[in-house]
Amino acid sequence: MVAARSKNKYITALRAAFPYTVPIFAGFWFLGITYGVLMRTEGFSVWYPFLMSLTIFAGSAEFVAANLLLGAFQPLGAFFLTLMINARHLFYGISMLERYREVRGLKRIYLIFGMCDESFSINCTADIPKGVDRGWFYFFVTLLNHIYWVTGATLGGIFGAWFTFNTEGLDFVMTAMFVVIFIEQWKKDDCHTPALLGLLLSALCLAVFGADNFILPAMGAILLALTLLRGKLERGRAA
Amino acid sequence: MTMTLSQQIITLACVVAATVLTRFLPFLVFPKNRPIPKFLQYLGKVLPGAVFGLLVIYCLKNVPLLSGSHGLPELIAILVVVALHLWKKQMLLSIAGGTVVYMLLVQFVF
Repeated sequence: MVAARSKNKYITALRAAFPYTVPIFAGFWFLGITYGVLMRTEGFSVWYPFLMSLTIFAGSAEFVAANLLLGAFQPLGAFFLTLMINARHLFYGISMLERYREVRGLKRIYLIFGMCDESFSINCTADIPKGVDRGWFYFFVTLLNHIYWVTGATLGGIFGAWFTFNTEGLDFVMTAMFVVIFIEQWKKDDCHTPALLGLLLSALCLAVFGADNFILPAMGAILLALTLLRGKLERGRAA
Repeated sequence: MTMTLSQQIITLACVVAATVLTRFLPFLVFPKNRPIPKFLQYLGKVLPGAVFGLLVIYCLKNVPLLSGSHGLPELIAILVVVALHLWKKQMLLSIAGGTVVYMLLVQFVF
């Protein structure tokens, strides 16, 4: 009896979670398959997109990681670059402190591990119906998104070798993705100084330090500028 | 590929560690209702815009401005992405459209 009821609980939560993830399925398969194909055409075996999508599970960081693997060996640079790219997770975490506090054990660890942009957006904003276990709802949203991403990347990695058309220029998908994210962020911000600083200081550091060494100076310059401008930017926001 | 397998594993481990750190840190630092420092709240608001600006430049870091096609295919494709996105507001369409235009440009025009 107890087993039947708890089984029901999983199915109810899965049914409630699935519709929210359908758009993510389309997006993750498109980007995931492209990512897998790209990895394959860069000369990596299917294990790379499979393991990277499984363990990193952060789209933008994975595209960058693929690039890092093709460059010089700079583990510290890789660490700090990923920190900067994924710094936004810190603020997702802060927003989800309350909601994920009620979830216990391993499930909670998985929810935090799998908190990509899309899982965060759904779990932060979804109207979870009464009678649905919130913890399992969060869990299935995260798990389904994770499955979409890993299967997409792996399929791309498997079939990437069979692609007979010319894939030159496919790597632009990463640029296009970041341009779109940049626009989305631009629309959310009231004040565009940080976005412009990001573009300008990075371009400046690229010109000064060159393509292989500009990331850390650019990050330092951005943090410094934002810290120095704090009074001004916060006042501008309030006004 | 220039890296050895162990160098690749170390690099990927750094990427995983940094990602996991960004996701777990708030839950470790703010277990109960401990207030979030003002400076962190401020960074939370201003950092995303700047970071995505950095990432756009990062993607373009190997574009030759002074030789070859002078970055023209990149510029055109980015304008297509921006125009598509402001017009249709569909993320996938903007990304796919810009990428297809770029592929056509580098394969047939430049």
